[in-house]
Amino acid sequence: MTTIAIPPGMPQYGDVPSYDVAAVRADFPILDRKVNGHPLVYLDSANTSHKPRQVLDVLREHYEWRNANVSRSVHTLGTEATEAYEGARAKVAAFINAPSPDEVVFTKNSTEAINIVAYAFSNASLRPDADPRFRLGPGDEVVISEMEHHSNIVPWQLLCERTGATLRWFPVTDHGRLDESGLTDLVNERTKIVSLVHMSNILGTVNATSRITQRVREVGALLLLDCSQSVPHMPMDVVDYDPDFIVFTGHKMCAPSGIGVLWGRAELLAAMPPVLGGGSMIETVAMSGSTFAPPPTRFEAGTPPIAEAVALGAAVDYLSGVGMRAIQWHEKQLTAYALDALATVPGLRIFGPNVPVGRGGTISFALGDIHPHDVGQVLDSLGVQVRVGHHCARPVCTRFGVPAMTRASFYLYTTTEEIDALVAGLEQVRKVFA
Amino acid sequence: MQVDQLYQEIILDHYKHPHGRGLRDADDPAASVAEAHHVNPTCGDEVTVRVATDGAVLHDVSYDGYGCSISQASASVLHELLAGRPAAEAFAVHAAFVELMSGRGEVTPDEEVLGDGVAFAGVARYPARVKCALLPWMAFKDAAARAGVDTSPTEVQG
Ligand SMILES: Cc1ncc(COP(=O)(O)O)c(C=O)c1O
Repeated sequence: MTTIAIPPGMPQYGDVPSYDVAAVRADFPILDRKVNGHPLVYLDSANTSHKPRQVLDVLREHYEWRNANVSRSVHTLGTEATEAYEGARAKVAAFINAPSPDEVVFTKNSTEAINIVAYAFSNASLRPDADPRFRLGPGDEVVISEMEHHSNIVPWQLLCERTGATLRWFPVTDHGRLDESGLTDLVNERTKIVSLVHMSNILGTVNATSRITQRVREVGALLLLDCSQSVPHMPMDVVDYDPDFIVFTGHKMCAPSGIGVLWGRAELLAAMPPVLGGGSMIETVAMSGSTFAPPPTRFEAGTPPIAEAVALGAAVDYLSGVGMRAIQWHEKQLTAYALDALATVPGLRIFGPNVPVGRGGTISFALGDIHPHDVGQVLDSLGVQVRVGHHCARPVCTRFGVPAMTRASFYLYTTTEEIDALVAGLEQVRKVFA
Repeated sequence: MQVDQLYQEIILDHYKHPHGRGLRDADDPAASVAEAHHVNPTCGDEVTVRVATDGAVLHDVSYDGYGCSISQASASVLHELLAGRPAAEAFAVHAAFVELMSGRGEVTPDEEVLGDGVAFAGVARYPARVKCALLPWMAFKDAAARAGVDTSPTEVQG
């Protein structure tokens, strides 16, 4: 790749963490399948990732060996199931360097995790004795950005409607970066919470958060990072990043669907009123009223997705085994390769950063004026699976003046040959619609 | 599955050279005119269909929109098949097209009734694309109802 010699004693090119991609691919049974007569080329991991055998085995073993409800039984199976469930919580906590497993709330997905925070605000706003950090009313402000997934827009719009607070947002630059030029105006003494995507699911942009964190601290607001696209692809350390909440979703990180995470600083979770009421989340219940369990159980009403949580634990074991630094580096190389390769396709326009810096392995583009649906359909006939549409981030499409985009996204099992197949497929698309 | 089945020449031709595209005013000032705008929220396809009618005959079916080849070609075929037709006939064609698209590829289309619409038989095998093909037809139905046409097919034929 390069001929420049790095002086001895400095980090060498060969020093980057790496792994055997072919060996990793062998762990994912689905990658052997054919689609429409072609080998599967799966470029839609930002949508949902595949699951390695190691995770599927744990899921199966859970049901075949220690299936029982959690936290409700004294019997052996119940105890083992509870240990597995709580063990997964501890693994997830370690994975993001959370100070305590009690800061990890299991949810259904990122969407539910964000809604828990939004509804905690809502519920607190109705109670004069609630923690003032969670009380919202007219004059207060909530800040998001133009590059959010709908999951990080709609809950805040609804919250602002309910409370009379005002929703504001960071714009996006022409290069697909967060426009922080208005930071001090946007985040001010009226701001109660800033909820920001860490890595955009459509532009691929990885937002630098430190200036925003600093400003949020200055004005005494709270910071939530939507890490749905970052936790699966890069090391996350909540102490280092120093947000107040992060959310992520298991199905994008080798775990099953139906399990997600809300991480919150212990002291904040403890100050939050409950959202869903029901079994498990209580301390004591009388007909005249109830008191609530401490976090995380306070936010886990009802029987949780037990096997899914256990499988998420297995997924973080798997990812840690490969190494998050190595995965991040692998995807960086793929992204650089793909940006170069896509630049050779006539008429192709990339939305978002076109250099492999401050971005992840998710690339959205337009091919001339061929509609993304048609692009996706022809690629599918060649076995290449990409996502087309507005990617649940319609404001981004509006920002760039298109109704839809085509998106290719990579993961630890993606190869450069698959990117070649994409580029060859795009040639075919151009032929059909010439 | 072969992508050629989906992208028949006829469909690509209607897409590249659409017939009767553009929203038009009615020639007859006495005509009842109404339109409907439909979107496909999963992909952002959009179409507006306008119907000009005296209640018995659809003097014009005009449209405008943005979207994939399937939805836009379908609007072109809609115009070609329905503009100028008696309302009852038009709704028989409408019913036949909806039946074809709902048939998962099991319905054999009647070319007498559907004309170039038969090219969409292959689309019916792609559930994700059926909505694209139906988008203008659903907008048409709404527009016709708003223009005061009785939208039940009375003389089913073909
Ligand atoms: C950035 C971002 N936020 C939130 C979500 C929502 O995730 P889920 O649908 O699993 O709740 C997604 C994924 O679709 C995403 O990419």
